[in-house]
Amino acid sequence: MSALAFILAGTLAAATPLLLAALGELVAERSGVLNLGLEGLMALAAALAFIVVYQGGGHALAFAVGAVAGMVAALVFAGAVLTFRANQVAAGLAIGILCLGLSALAGRSFESLTITGLPKLEVPLLSDLPTIGGLFRQDIVVWLALLGTLAIHVMLRHTKVGLIVRAVGENPRAAQAIGHPVIPIRYAALAFGGCMAGVAGAYASTVYTPLWADGMIAGRGWIAIALVVFGTWQTGRVFLGACLFGALSLAELAAQVVGVQLPSQLLASMPYLVTIVVLGLISSNRRRMRLNSVASLGEPFEK
Amino acid sequence: MPEFVPREHASVRASVLAPFLALALTVVVSLVLFALLGKPSGAALHALFIEPFLSWYSFSEVLLKTGPLLLIAQGLAIGFRAKVFNIGAEGQLILGAICASALPVYLPTSTSPWLWPAMMVLGALGGALWASIAALWRTWLNASEILVTLMLSLVASQLLNYLLLGPWKDPAGFNFPQSVMFQYEAMLPTLLPGTRVNVSLLFGLAATLAAWVLMQLSFLGYQLVVGGLAPRAASYAGFRGGRAVWVSLLLGGLAAGLAGAAEVAGPIGQLQRSVASGYGFTAITVAYLGGLRPLGIVLSSFLMAVITIGGDSAMVTADLPVAAVRVVQGLLLIFYLAALVGVRYRIVWSRIATQATS
Amino acid sequence: MSGAALLRLQGVSKSYGSVHANRAIDLDVSHQSIHAVLGENGAGKSTLMKLIYGVERPDVGKIEWQGREVRPTSSAEARRLGIGMVFQHFSLFETLTVAENISLLVPGTKAALAARVRDLGATFELEVDPNAHVHSLSVGERQRVEILRCLLLDPKLIILDEPTSVLPPQSVQRLFGTLRLLRDRGVSILFISHKLEEIRALCDTATILQAGRVTGRVDPRQASSRDLATLMIGREMPPPPLHAKAKPGPKVLEVAGLDHATDDPFGVSLSGISLDVRAGEIVGIAGISGNGQKELAEILSGEVALLSAQRDVIRMMDRPVGHLGAAARRRLGFAFVPEERMGRGAVPEMPLTDNALLTAHDRGLVRRGLVRRQHKAAFAQACVEEFDVRTPSVQAEAGALSGGNLQKFIIGREIMLEPKLLFVAQPTWGVDIGAATAIRRRLVALRDSGAAILMISEEIEELFEICDRLYVLHKGRLSPSLRVQGTTVEQVGEWMTGAAGEPAHA
Repeated sequence: MSALAFILAGTLAAATPLLLAALGELVAERSGVLNLGLEGLMALAAALAFIVVYQGGGHALAFAVGAVAGMVAALVFAGAVLTFRANQVAAGLAIGILCLGLSALAGRSFESLTITGLPKLEVPLLSDLPTIGGLFRQDIVVWLALLGTLAIHVMLRHTKVGLIVRAVGENPRAAQAIGHPVIPIRYAALAFGGCMAGVAGAYASTVYTPLWADGMIAGRGWIAIALVVFGTWQTGRVFLGACLFGALSLAELAAQVVGVQLPSQLLASMPYLVTIVVLGLISSNRRRMRLNSVASLGEPFEK
Repeated sequence: MPEFVPREHASVRASVLAPFLALALTVVVSLVLFALLGKPSGAALHALFIEPFLSWYSFSEVLLKTGPLLLIAQGLAIGFRAKVFNIGAEGQLILGAICASALPVYLPTSTSPWLWPAMMVLGALGGALWASIAALWRTWLNASEILVTLMLSLVASQLLNYLLLGPWKDPAGFNFPQSVMFQYEAMLPTLLPGTRVNVSLLFGLAATLAAWVLMQLSFLGYQLVVGGLAPRAASYAGFRGGRAVWVSLLLGGLAAGLAGAAEVAGPIGQLQRSVASGYGFTAITVAYLGGLRPLGIVLSSFLMAVITIGGDSAMVTADLPVAAVRVVQGLLLIFYLAALVGVRYRIVWSRIATQATS
Repeated sequence: MSGAALLRLQGVSKSYGSVHANRAIDLDVSHQSIHAVLGENGAGKSTLMKLIYGVERPDVGKIEWQGREVRPTSSAEARRLGIGMVFQHFSLFETLTVAENISLLVPGTKAALAARVRDLGATFELEVDPNAHVHSLSVGERQRVEILRCLLLDPKLIILDEPTSVLPPQSVQRLFGTLRLLRDRGVSILFISHKLEEIRALCDTATILQAGRVTGRVDPRQASSRDLATLMIGREMPPPPLHAKAKPGPKVLEVAGLDHATDDPFGVSLSGISLDVRAGEIVGIAGISGNGQKELAEILSGEVALLSAQRDVIRMMDRPVGHLGAAARRRLGFAFVPEERMGRGAVPEMPLTDNALLTAHDRGLVRRGLVRRQHKAAFAQACVEEFDVRTPSVQAEAGALSGGNLQKFIIGREIMLEPKLLFVAQPTWGVDIGAATAIRRRLVALRDSGAAILMISEEIEELFEICDRLYVLHKGRLSPSLRVQGTTVEQVGEWMTGAAGEPAHA
């Protein structure tokens, strides 16, 4: 298989955990709350989902458990920042530390065990094409993630619910004044974000690399947060960013396929280095950042 | 439903009570959690909070851990008060350790008495240099220092791996990912004879004094605090935001780098992966738990060192994994941050008030 | 107008902690009437509106709506009853279109809403493009959107909170026309204001509030302004400050052809701004907020510095300062009072002593990099005493002071810096009449001592009261200098809407 075919085939699956988590974070940030605990949420869900599959509970239950775990953790965070008005940055870190600890605690006896992932579903005809055929052989979660991306795009852009979420993020006082309760809406947005992070974590540990190891999320939660900035808070661009990083994470394997000699640590650092560079490039356009970013992001709301 | 009514003045009492309230809640929740995991809860708590005080050795180990936590947290707290969120102290610590190790790795035969002091200087500079990338990115490119510092710390740990598996690997080390053992002159002087406690604890105390002078007495500290509380007031007064970012990140990096240098030149004695044991992340909790105040951080770094050492005992006596310490830490921080609401708000327990109208 | 009143309040009280915002208020609003609630800043008008609109609940008292007792517990409930509200600081979303903004409150598809917006707009002279983004609209247009949004819910009563403060004089007449039209079609209006003349021109009835109590119910068409003023502030209006003719000295501030494209996508770009201020005169900048005031203030204060190449565009004390930051300009003898007190002019979480340090640090409050506590406290104490700031102590947090007192503190602090050039933006916004009068006196006194003062204000009366010359800012452009003597409010109004002088300035 050529390196290009390899990357084309693998990109979507590698992008899926990033994409799911970033979409959830996108909705939460659109409502005005920054959740920095994503990495921990994903890890906790990953550990629990893995345990479910390992114990024979099946993937459907695993994803449900992951989603609920992510949601519960996000609601704890929401309680701290929305009800108890804690600093969003610090509380996000706290929930991240807590969930990382819990994931290690829960997954300790399952360290480095393996399970089987999910079968690929093929698009007839297209999947037989040379080179790009691999693009059309994906597991069901990938297909659902693509549908989900579209659904979230439509939701934010064209529905009343999306309009309300955006309004709350831009000007919470005004939203409250015209009768949209800011705090409950933000709770809901965070819960949704937690759910998505949970599904993302479950995918990482039960499908993408079907094993559990402490630290296996490996910065994906943080990259998902960065992706929301890369995408300047827009669904389509977040999707493109996720694909870019998906492809990048395959670079290490692809390099072996091609036989390029580079220190593996450099290749492993690529996603982080690229994040730093792209973050600088995107953020330096101050005008565009201000135009697209969420006006009340990170600020506490007072009735 | 509890409702929070704004206070006219910040409550000093509530800010002093908050960490204790958080500690109490953490103890309760951990008890339940450990019980659910089928661990002996009582024994676990005893191990976590009591055992570190039961022997001179374990107490001295607490002091050993306090040093780097104190040092890093003092640096970070300055930035946090200015709302410059350096969450990548772990990476700055690693760079500090790497830079300091360069001397004994490349000069393994040097017996200069200036070796360890030079290592400390190099370490501090290395940490500051790593942090300065984030400062540059923030001031020049407007990029979030939160994400950049975090990403840099992930890169730093890959860099550490690269050195330990490649050029700096000890040829006589049975292929373990570690550097040569450092010579005597590369090691920090011991502070308390018979223990591993070294002068890095003094670095922490010196940092505390310096941070106190900076934040309590100096005009620069005042400018940083204004920038954190009300950025528009700072720019109105003409305090440069860029300078606050640079000062915060450089001081944070300097402290973390020094801590990293003191680790390799202290308890570890060589460069190896265990230098990245999470001090940089724990110090974030320590800084907040200390109320971001220099003196509070002295107490919180000691507390966190107790829990860390206690975690080691709990592994033995209560079969509790090391991860439990992270859970306790996370709980402490989240409870503390939530408890802070009492500083600016009064809590009123009200039923949905139906008014006694005429 | 017989039978039960549309809205009746009986003995309504509301306190926040120790502050009695409303005490035993009785209020009757009839069908088909324009009813004024008159009171100065801090008299309790906004609290009263919040009670009627369901945002807050009264401690005691009864609210009757069309003869039936109601207890609205949310604004949604109030809207269901048929009560609409137009906020002073609009509750609109800049990144959304007019139709989207309306659909957040009014059921219906965007297309249907857009059609109704056009319809109602034509009927009530409230034309606005439903597909425009709100950030591209002028302040007056935004107000129309707010009113339309109310009207689409078919209300019987609309509350307008200080609606004229954002309008130039000519547009005020147009708004009044709309409101009369609404009344004639059966919608009552509750008109909140502190402007006596407007109330006399528009309203059928007026209820006057002072310090949370009703001090009078009058027919404003019959009462004199003086009577109304006395009811409103409990004594006669304080006389305006004595205003001797200015003896202008040398130019202290000179801006020559300032062009500036703003970074803020929702901001206003400035073009061709030229102005000068001489020692010993007060120069005003009139205009409706949102026409570039914020941007001009940031550039003059140095919070936004220009490029080095543009250093000569702004000169202070005869030196090029365009490239200098705020601190460097201050060192030349410049001082500034911004329009936002909380979070810009002062740090709300800090005590007054620390807030003194904010800009007064160069006056011996810092030595060798360390803050001198006693000096800091002494400066704050002197400011509190000299400028009559009511506060328990200088250790009180700035955020705990009332708006008027904090403003006195900030202006006092800046005046104590003995500036050669003082720049003040909206010095009396949200300040009670007593404090506002005191502030204006201080400004005049500073002028008489030889300082130059530049003042941005929305209040034409205030500008005419203390300024020697005026400019008018409209859509990022500045009018030529106008002498206050010999200029009428109407002329200034024409500049405010861009009706005057376009060719001359283009």
